[in-house]
Amino acid sequence: MPIRRPQARAQRLTVLYGILCFVLILVIGQLWLLTATMNAFLGGDQRVALPALLASLVCFALNLGLLRHLR
Amino acid sequence: MSEDPQSRHVEALALDPRVDSPAREGLTGTTRAGIYEGALEAEDTTVAPDGRPPEQQPRWRQDFPIDWPADQYVARRDFGRFLVLTSGAFVAGQAWIAARHLVRANRPPPPRVRIAALDEIPAGSASVFTYPGPADRCLLIRPDERTLVAFSQMCTHLSCAVVPRIEEGVLHCPCHEGYFDLYTGRNIAGPPPRPLPRILLDVVGGEVFATGVEERSV
Repeated sequence: MPIRRPQARAQRLTVLYGILCFVLILVIGQLWLLTATMNAFLGGDQRVALPALLASLVCFALNLGLLRHLR
Repeated sequence: MSEDPQSRHVEALALDPRVDSPAREGLTGTTRAGIYEGALEAEDTTVAPDGRPPEQQPRWRQDFPIDWPADQYVARRDFGRFLVLTSGAFVAGQAWIAARHLVRANRPPPPRVRIAALDEIPAGSASVFTYPGPADRCLLIRPDERTLVAFSQMCTHLSCAVVPRIEEGVLHCPCHEGYFDLYTGRNIAGPPPRPLPRILLDVVGGEVFATGVEERSV
């Protein structure tokens, strides 16, 4: 019979830092996406505006999901 | 007793019940509960950001003292929330760009406007005109007899007015030393990230007409 124990604090901290790193990477990716989209938009290339918004929304949704684990 | 060989370690692996008890919340179970609390009085441990003693602080800071370590403390969860808030702000920025895209897509094409007579622009000279709106300043340049080009005068870095240097074959932005090619408008040096928007020209019967704006990202 498997033994069910709560995660030790050290394990929870590892998970917490992993989540924070993942959120940070997603936010940096969004920043790059925003600057690239802005540059393309000001340069007259508007095809990327809507796909970039969709990609950024997906990143935000992932971040919100990860934030739930931080609580 | 179970025959599982792991079961003999259950007791050894079990969590120390003292860990995570309310009195030890946030600690590892091996230190006293007040380990992170300052050993001195708040007046002794609180140091303002400029590092000067309390009596040398401005009056407003003396009247409203702050526990600086507590004020500057950022928890991991707060940091995570801040990151997600930033993520939402980036989405708002993307939405703004997408909204501008939709507005721009429904905009009517720029008008055909007469901007000068060819005789008014001798070779090796330039003139200023506005197109397509009255606030959009542009440069009409005739570097030689057979070439006529026009670009927006707004630098693509921070919108300073660029100055033509026809002898050197460049457009110069004096604000941050940006340079554009005189014939193509491409950014060739300095901080400008994109070429200058090109004004499409049509010469009919000695008259020069502006017919559109070509924005470029590379």
